[in-house]
Amino acid sequence: MSELKQELKEKIIEQLNLEDVAIEEIKDTDPLFGEGLGLDSIDALELIVMLDKDYGIKLADPKQGKSIFESIETMAGYIKEHRSR
Amino acid sequence: MPVYINSIGSVSAQKTFDNSLFLEEIVRYNDTVLEIIAPNYKDYIPPAAARRMAKGIKMSTVSAKTAMIEAGMEEDEIDAIIVGTGLGCIGDSEKFVSDILDNDEQFLTPTRFIQSSHNTVAGQIALGMGCKGHNFTYVHSAISFESAVMDAKMQLENEEAKNILVGGVDELVDHHVNTHRLIGHIKQEPVETMSVLTSGTKGAVFSEGAHFFTLSNEKRSSCYSELLAVETFNTLAEDQVAAKTKSFLSENGMGPDAIDVIILGYNGDVEFDGYYDTLATALFKDTAQVYYKHLSGEFDTASGFGFWLGNKLLKQQRIPDAVRLNSVPANSAQNALIYNQYRGENHSLTLLRKC
Amino acid sequence: MGIISAIGNNVAENYASLIAGKRGISRISQIETIHKDEIMVGEITGTNAVLEKQLGFTENEVSRTVLIGCIAADEAISNAGILDINNARTGLISGTTVGGMDKSEQYFYDYFDRPEVRQHITGLHAGDSTKKIATHLGLEESFVTTISTACSSSANAIMLGARMIKSGKLDRAIVGGTDCLSKFTINGFKTLLILSDTYSAPFDEERKGLNLGEAAAYLVLESDALVQKENKKVLGYVTGYGNANDAYHQTASSEHGDGALLAMEKALKTAGMQASDIDYVNAHGTATPNNDLSEGRALIRLFGEKVPEFSSTKAFTGHTLAAAGGVEAVYSVLALQNDTIFPNLNYTTPMKEFALDPITEVTKKPLRNVLSNSFGFGGNCSTLIFSKDKS
Repeated sequence: MSELKQELKEKIIEQLNLEDVAIEEIKDTDPLFGEGLGLDSIDALELIVMLDKDYGIKLADPKQGKSIFESIETMAGYIKEHRSR
Repeated sequence: MPVYINSIGSVSAQKTFDNSLFLEEIVRYNDTVLEIIAPNYKDYIPPAAARRMAKGIKMSTVSAKTAMIEAGMEEDEIDAIIVGTGLGCIGDSEKFVSDILDNDEQFLTPTRFIQSSHNTVAGQIALGMGCKGHNFTYVHSAISFESAVMDAKMQLENEEAKNILVGGVDELVDHHVNTHRLIGHIKQEPVETMSVLTSGTKGAVFSEGAHFFTLSNEKRSSCYSELLAVETFNTLAEDQVAAKTKSFLSENGMGPDAIDVIILGYNGDVEFDGYYDTLATALFKDTAQVYYKHLSGEFDTASGFGFWLGNKLLKQQRIPDAVRLNSVPANSAQNALIYNQYRGENHSLTLLRKC
Repeated sequence: MGIISAIGNNVAENYASLIAGKRGISRISQIETIHKDEIMVGEITGTNAVLEKQLGFTENEVSRTVLIGCIAADEAISNAGILDINNARTGLISGTTVGGMDKSEQYFYDYFDRPEVRQHITGLHAGDSTKKIATHLGLEESFVTTISTACSSSANAIMLGARMIKSGKLDRAIVGGTDCLSKFTINGFKTLLILSDTYSAPFDEERKGLNLGEAAAYLVLESDALVQKENKKVLGYVTGYGNANDAYHQTASSEHGDGALLAMEKALKTAGMQASDIDYVNAHGTATPNNDLSEGRALIRLFGEKVPEFSSTKAFTGHTLAAAGGVEAVYSVLALQNDTIFPNLNYTTPMKEFALDPITEVTKKPLRNVLSNSFGFGGNCSTLIFSKDKS
């Protein structure tokens, strides 16, 4: 699980061009959107594609993303349970 | 209602992002494509804002910011943002297309698609400034920038706006360059900067850049010039250029002899430079003549560099040696005329007066 | 005026479909895409081959955007009774977002090995489509430009034409826009998750997103002087226009429709009208959750409790992107000419956020002023007002 979390942090930084953010700065329970990392709705769409491409998870409804992408913790939990690759 | 150009901003293949300089030092190339000399973007754009920005947006942001600061213009004073761009953020468009093709329409992400909307530059500048005013983007090859200038002028004259941010931007990307080489729009052989005009070959040296200006109906202390007129023509035969120019000037109550400096868009393409010769060798043969695309390279909004140059030389009352076509002096230059066309199409005439 | 869309190849056919409630939405047939079973589109019936032949272009000479643009522009010119396009200061202002993208995406990698398709290289310039339409029309030494402000492009083209005539810069302006369907836009909107897998349902609580469409539409605007000189019959007047930026988000509209409200207010101001002068609103109404909520709220903010009859005609045509403003301008003029409001198809359930019901049946009503909205990415909001009489 901690490996997956680390991997997610790396991917988020790379995929979303968060050049000025270091991996250590993202805490597992920090909110990704709004105040925490400051991601927005376009980033959410990018993350949905990431789930599909890297973990084989297709979200039927983009609104589901809201709870899944709350933090690295919730994201890792969801992926662990639903991944097909 | 007069229209003043109160400030300028440029990012180009020369070191123009610093308004205190005026082509004292020329960066010489020996190439067929020129990239811009990038400022340190971090000095202008916070990293969080920059993370999704295409190169075209970054260049534009720097250039727009430079112009805003020089005029002492507050963001909330801007009533409209008008941008001209031949291709928009073409880098993202091309990546999105290649992603579609390479991944068989799967795993595509929205950012590149969003950036490839031509109006993304004007939209993002408005978003950054919180400007809810008129917001237009013109995308018509070599008159993209002039269309934006014309629109701004009309609004200021009709008192629909007081201050407008106007710009032109285009970026250079690989696929575009490679395909335009195939059809001979880009020179086959590298050419040295100061020999572009005498290359004797077909095609142009391609480049990129962003040029932004604040236009207002009130003069500020930073004022460069008054914009007297701008007109565009989709077609014009070579032997009609002089006649059109004359009638353009006479509509503005001037004859050719009132022009102190003529700025010509020569790009060293033997097939199309003849259009400029018709003015340089006859109507304006005794006028100080200036060219610039050997320094800026050719792109859809390269005439933005010409506009920048016209403003700069009227304000500073000096013609840098590197842009001179002849040695006619331009003492106390009052009026500058800019003529541009690309591949015999999309002609524009722009008339500036020292302010 | 002239138009070609999924519901007809000319003005008369479009009108017939509108009053018959006949939509042009179907599965996609002319573009090969892996999404073909998940989306519905508004496709123009004629294939490129048919359109090329009709116009006298050679095979694969130009983009579909140019083909449909020429057809609509030709109809507009002939409908306006123009015999010599260069007899007055005539301008062409066209809106497009994709331009020649249909060909660019098809030959992206082929250009290098196949010289016979290289005519499409310059087609990637959005302005190239306008240039080709100008050439087709025989327009010379004139003001010809292209506006690309996403889905409000042709509304802005109409606005610019009206402003230039008002300022005395042109006597006549051919204004509108053209956009064909492409893999580029299908996949682009797909990434934003705003494409519906069924018929789009504007202003419906259960709306799932938009149907993309393709269309071209142009109107001929002429100055009073030219109309008088040539003794022309006037179809309607562009009395109001307003452009504003939402400055809220790169793609989404603000929650309460700030930009939309501003654009509508500006349009009323230029027209010298009160909100109560508007008899019908042709809404942008894309059927995305975000747009319809934001636009609906803006309508309520402007009109208060008396929101006039309104409908979105996008369930007929699909969202035709840059052409939408032109298409809906033609429909607005048709509404005025026939005192008829066209229905908002597929509407059954009111949205929970407000009590707004669009018109769902063909409705006869004396109309003086029609307001038409067009919004786009980059926060672009445009409103036009068309009137039966000069204000």
